[in-house]
Amino acid sequence: MTEWTFGTVAAAVVMAAGALFNLLGCIGLVRLPDVYNRVQASTKCVTLGTLLLLTGVIILFGFGSMGVKALVCLWFVAMTSPTAAHAIGRAAHRSGIRLWEKSVCDEYAKDREGAVEAPAGSPPAEEVAR
Amino acid sequence: MTFLHVLMASLVVSMFLCLYRVMAGPTPADRTVSVDILGVLMVGFCAVLTAMTGRDVYMIVGVSWSLLSFVATLALAKHLEGRSFDD
Amino acid sequence: MFRVIATFVFAFLVYLAVTWSLDPASVLIGAAASLAAAVAMRPLELEVAPLLLLPHRLLFAVIYVPVLLWYVIRANLDVAYRVIHPKLPIRPGIVKARTTLKTAAARVLLANSITLTPGTLTVDLVGDALYIHRIAVPEKEPEAEMQRSIEHFEGFIRRILE
Repeated sequence: MTEWTFGTVAAAVVMAAGALFNLLGCIGLVRLPDVYNRVQASTKCVTLGTLLLLTGVIILFGFGSMGVKALVCLWFVAMTSPTAAHAIGRAAHRSGIRLWEKSVCDEYAKDREGAVEAPAGSPPAEEVAR
Repeated sequence: MTFLHVLMASLVVSMFLCLYRVMAGPTPADRTVSVDILGVLMVGFCAVLTAMTGRDVYMIVGVSWSLLSFVATLALAKHLEGRSFDD
Repeated sequence: MFRVIATFVFAFLVYLAVTWSLDPASVLIGAAASLAAAVAMRPLELEVAPLLLLPHRLLFAVIYVPVLLWYVIRANLDVAYRVIHPKLPIRPGIVKARTTLKTAAARVLLANSITLTPGTLTVDLVGDALYIHRIAVPEKEPEAEMQRSIEHFEGFIRRILE
């Protein structure tokens, strides 16, 4: 990126924004108080940041050999990242990690306490979530 | 060139913040989140490397890394939940 | 059988896009791998693919992308503001909402969309109840407010996938 044309400047701006969002997401990962908040902040910010970095690659190289790879990668990240966040959130709640003590409400724990009373063999709704 | 170096430096700082959470995370779920985020950050790092070198090898690494990191996160989440992997 | 062939074609196209070469050896390996993947995926019920080929559903899918992108950008600015604010203005909690979508694919799309929108994360999906973790639960009527934003998404997703 030695000569500054319109394309390279646009790519530079997009990639700088992506790196900034990545950094903010990781600051959130360190600062926020409990697992659920951390999942939220880090997943949202880091997903958008990575999408912007890959968009920068597409702007820089066009839809050639690299642009199409970046597009496929972008699609993978956009599909898998929220799913991973959801899996971690549910696993955290089921493995008994409570919310932050200043949280306002927890409907899920209320409803799941009723579910624990039921026979343990009753399967959770996995087939809906897949 | 220096601009991309700055981007790489900021990504490396982000990765160290994630590693701090891996070390200090009070619960296993915190560590799992951090490892997942590290995987996504690594894909972004591969994108910056592609822009820097212009070689498409790094983009292939990024594609594979995003999928493998997703599978690893799902496996860790299932393990955390106390189920077996083939459930 | 149709499903296997559709999966094979899709996987092969993605393979060609990723490798971006027409070297005979590479194409042969890609075809073999795509076939293996298609046969291995046979037990999964992927009823979505034929639906997406209908033109008006594809049109709504294309419209949905910028709408979602707008929400994602708002979500990120919101989270960024909360993270760098020195006092951490958060008020977390898990609220419950109901969805009227029926098929699994539509519900997954709804859950993923909710995860990417401002301050919300889908924790679990039991029957038609969604449990949503919010980074800032509003002071009054949290349930009704969540329900409204879900119905907004449902309108789009029903036109895309149901």
